[in-house]
Amino acid sequence: MVDAGDAETEAATTDDAETEADGERTDGGERSQTHTIRLELVDKPGELLSALHPIAENGGNLLSIFHERGNLTPRGHIPVEVDVECPPERFETIVDALRAEGVNVIQAGAERYGEELTLLLVGDIVDTDLSDTLQRIESSTDAALADLSLSAPEGRGGASSARLRLATRTGRSDEVFEHVRQVADEKDLNVVEPLVEVAE
Amino acid sequence: MSLRLAVIGAGAVGRSVVELAPEYGHTVTALADSRSAAVDPDGLDAATVFDRKDAEGAVGAADPEDALAAEYDVLVEATPTTLGDAEPGFSHVQAALEHDRHAVLANKGPVAERYADLMALEAESAGTVQFEAAVGGAIPILSTIGDFGPEQITAARGVLNGTANFVLSRMAAEGLGYEHVLAEAQDLGVAEADPAFDVEGTDAALKFVILANVLGDEDQIYSLADADVEGIRSIPASALDLAAEDGRTIRLIGEATADGVRVGPRLVPQHDALAVTGTRNIVQFETVNAGQLHLSGRGAGGPETATAILSDVGRLE
Repeated sequence: MVDAGDAETEAATTDDAETEADGERTDGGERSQTHTIRLELVDKPGELLSALHPIAENGGNLLSIFHERGNLTPRGHIPVEVDVECPPERFETIVDALRAEGVNVIQAGAERYGEELTLLLVGDIVDTDLSDTLQRIESSTDAALADLSLSAPEGRGGASSARLRLATRTGRSDEVFEHVRQVADEKDLNVVEPLVEVAE
Repeated sequence: MSLRLAVIGAGAVGRSVVELAPEYGHTVTALADSRSAAVDPDGLDAATVFDRKDAEGAVGAADPEDALAAEYDVLVEATPTTLGDAEPGFSHVQAALEHDRHAVLANKGPVAERYADLMALEAESAGTVQFEAAVGGAIPILSTIGDFGPEQITAARGVLNGTANFVLSRMAAEGLGYEHVLAEAQDLGVAEADPAFDVEGTDAALKFVILANVLGDEDQIYSLADADVEGIRSIPASALDLAAEDGRTIRLIGEATADGVRVGPRLVPQHDALAVTGTRNIVQFETVNAGQLHLSGRGAGGPETATAILSDVGRLE
């Protein structure tokens, strides 16, 4: 009897431990974000390697390199896109270090989007200028339209629906929803937001 | 212990309470509808009063006020929900509490619109107020909160209007338009002739207002005016199609969270626990120490709601 009891206790403990470990994995707790940096390199051996040094030296985690050999920028250089993971406060340092090394940084801080939101717009979507609606959603929020599906079975003037997938930065979804609601309100459209089940 | 019930309201719910009370060991000593009443200190016979109501349109020869003055231990308030001052339901409950009797409500009005007044009356009375039947029909939502501890629950979400859920889930399953499905729901008796209360989200909002009041602090009391409410009338069939293409569907979801009360059509995964079909109701609690908890079942109907009332009566013994 005692043995059985002990075994049960042990099993329960293991169970708990597993749950905790799972929690840690899913929570992450990492404040790192993914950033995309666009560079221009002169077509010379060793150029790429020297461009990547400042990233590693300043605590950036190199995720991917897209090296477009054969494609030239207007200035005759080779465009390179680098994805770097690092805490936001370190990103500036990395970009500065790259520039200090003489690397031509075309674009930095165009952060890769960490979260995707799907929502529906319903109403007279077509006649309220869908492209203007989308443009305003993108320009007024920190979101990029990743996908769009439109269904207007009644044609123009009838109730139609659009499904938008917006890429946004992690933790910014509330802001995005607020802006989308504002734009939709002005055009007398309704927004069907996803239910986000997050404990307070 | 057998308790004496005065049932105010003789619609589907009041009727079922009178019919089921003997099964639960209680006696109905008074029954009132809007125009008449039947009173018998020895207990009313369900068949007799409802035969009379069906034949003559009145449950008895007495006035409705006579039911309030009758001998009873528990007043059962089952008149239609009214907004604002929540009358006449509120006065019925007030009369019971001022006479140190218990009050059990199926009527959402007094609990959602005048929660502070109701609690103040209860505090002054030897009687107790219970209202399990006002939220989610047969589903023991409030008693679960009571057992679990309101401070252990951080949020409640879910589907607490069967009519709106029926309409949305039929639209999604059959690809039919709102008006078509609503007409079908009315034929089936799932929707009322005037469905506004259900499809505009008011009914669900009242229930989530009640949940917010039960879950929240005494210094933060909600009424319907505090809720952010949107209905399902504007949802075209094409919206459900686009949702389905993406593995999602639309449900009229209510939320009572620290941010307040919100009811509106929301995108949920097709296989989400909250994506119930037909007239089924579900509520999900977010708990402090035990993750999510789901309660599901029939959220409306005479016998269903009567079971919640009679469970409340049982808790008074």
